[in-house]
Amino acid sequence: MSVLVNKNSKVIVQGFTGTEGTFHATQMIEYGTNVVGGVTPGKGGTTHLDKPVFNTVADAVKKASADTSIIFVPPAFAADAIKEAAEAGIKVIVCITEGIPIQDMVEAKEYIKDKNCTLIGPNCPGVITPGEAKVGIMPGFVFKKGRVGIISKSGTLTYEAADQIVKAGLGVSTAIGIGGDPVIGTSTRQAVELLMNDPETDSIVMIGEIGGGMEAEAARWIKANGNKKPVVGFIAGQTAPAGRRMGHAGAIVGGNDDTAAAKMKILAECGVMVVESPAQIGATMAKAMLVAV
Amino acid sequence: MNLHEYQGKEILKKNGVLTQEGIAVSTLDDAIKAAISLQQSTGTTCWVVKAQIHAGGRGKGGGVKVATSMDKLKEKVTDILGMTLITPQTGPAGKKVSTILIAQDVYGGEAEQRKEFYMSILLDREKKQNVIIYSTEGGMEIEEVADKHPEKIQKEWIDPKGMLQAFQARKIAFNLGLSGDAFKNMVKFVGNLYKAYVTSDATMLEINPVLKTHDNRIIAVDAKVNIDDNAIYRHTEYPEMRDIAEEDPTEVEASKYNLNFIKLDGNVGCMVNGAGLAMATMDMIKLAGGSPANFLDVGGSANAQTVEAGFRIILSDPSVKAILINIFGGIVRCDRVAQGVVDAYKNIGEINIPIIVRLQGTNAELGKELIDKSGLKVFSAILLSEAAELVSKIVKS
Repeated sequence: MSVLVNKNSKVIVQGFTGTEGTFHATQMIEYGTNVVGGVTPGKGGTTHLDKPVFNTVADAVKKASADTSIIFVPPAFAADAIKEAAEAGIKVIVCITEGIPIQDMVEAKEYIKDKNCTLIGPNCPGVITPGEAKVGIMPGFVFKKGRVGIISKSGTLTYEAADQIVKAGLGVSTAIGIGGDPVIGTSTRQAVELLMNDPETDSIVMIGEIGGGMEAEAARWIKANGNKKPVVGFIAGQTAPAGRRMGHAGAIVGGNDDTAAAKMKILAECGVMVVESPAQIGATMAKAMLVAV
Repeated sequence: MNLHEYQGKEILKKNGVLTQEGIAVSTLDDAIKAAISLQQSTGTTCWVVKAQIHAGGRGKGGGVKVATSMDKLKEKVTDILGMTLITPQTGPAGKKVSTILIAQDVYGGEAEQRKEFYMSILLDREKKQNVIIYSTEGGMEIEEVADKHPEKIQKEWIDPKGMLQAFQARKIAFNLGLSGDAFKNMVKFVGNLYKAYVTSDATMLEINPVLKTHDNRIIAVDAKVNIDDNAIYRHTEYPEMRDIAEEDPTEVEASKYNLNFIKLDGNVGCMVNGAGLAMATMDMIKLAGGSPANFLDVGGSANAQTVEAGFRIILSDPSVKAILINIFGGIVRCDRVAQGVVDAYKNIGEINIPIIVRLQGTNAELGKELIDKSGLKVFSAILLSEAAELVSKIVKS
């Protein structure tokens, strides 16, 4: 089982022959991800990293039975790449690209709404199911197989959480980097739902940050659905000043409800174990699992 | 990117939105010429002098004044140009006014013939749709209206499949209580305003007030426009519209090295890879008893050069008493970052404050070894909790 990606995923890389695409495709293949090829318009028919290159995603689906795609194309063309993947029938689309204009994403999200696919990102580190498939840019060795699911808006903070989980004697079922942009494909709540329904996940680490209301929405869903699995939550940006964009395009405090303090309060009220310090994620989860056993 | 009022109004005009006419100037001579020119083109006999800074509440701070004669104009211009304007949004240090807008008077006729409204367009993050927010209560801060009369704030969401529909523009005009020519003009105004929002890649466009004049024209008297930084590349005119004087000088310096830096007023500097981890590190500093002096994301390419630039920028702030470097190596190799720290340390020379380096991830042990053997006064850590303890110890000593 696990969620989104596993050893059977047939992965293609959009933006395959570019610098980023080449580097990370190499890493993914080394990790053991089943990369079946890539797409670079105009280079169809050639091979790259010993894998076939296709002109279109539709070709890759037809000829290589691709069902998962990871996107590394530049921001100006990334929204189009998402739409192309959805139209071609790709089931899981992971968009790594950072810097896509917001209006492009509003349009792309609407476009793929009825296409029976899941978009992760953009501006995210991707998805990893340890030991099976890495569809992202994360350092694979940090993620050891286990039964804790991780959801995060941030890349390095995801690695941090995974590292602490592993050092606490636990492991990761699937880690989902949902991305730090204001408009993303899969919300915190949707990612939580996936992991709550996954029989291979026993507990969840949910990492959020200032801006927007996704963490609160997820927490309310967790409570409404009976707090079935322990959830440890952390919200980055308790010390962030209002009105400033903190690196991520979506990380900006716009009102009273999207501050770290407000979100932490809602999480705690909904039965999420909220940690104040990012250094406490692993230890808190270990304690929660002892109690659960 | 934030725009000045006069820049925002240029975007509005380009899209057919009727605006209060004005000319941006930065000297008294040009202000006089602008006033005469406006008199000739619009027939206005009095003028509004408006400070152009990137903060709201300008009127409250004395940055917007009406001049009823040419002598008064000279007086007001001299008052405002060069002043340090303090508003609720500038902070106590205020902002120096180097550009002013000389604008026509649009408040002719009897007061009861006029009406002020509020209108803004932005992205509703929950619904992933653009939304037009409007109110019959214009001219005052929308936060105040939201507080006292939440029922007077109305919203119209735009289906991402298409543009604003004509019936929606009519609904807004009706809800604002308009009829006749004013109604027709408001429908046109809303349509063009939405077009301006979309074509300019704005993330927020706020017009407060929108004025119904005594002769039923609908005019944007002010314009606050924020542009999506991710979309600047497709608008050739935007880079030159950036006003560096409005930004923190250290932040401008940092951007030259592709460092994402935000100045804060604490005592512990930090340098981190990744925005989320950077925010988390700031929070950890606070919990350890310190206070973060900055946000600094060195991104995925932390090397000797960026580390040195980061050091210099953080050290330029005299209130910084310690620096915490927190790197989780993924693509970034920790030994390279460590080498960068050692090199930067030597290049800068004497650094008199404690430095804590926490390296984790790819080649973390190698990196720690490099730091430990360098003979520098650098505390190294591998676990985040260890780094937190070090910060706590140093802050308390």
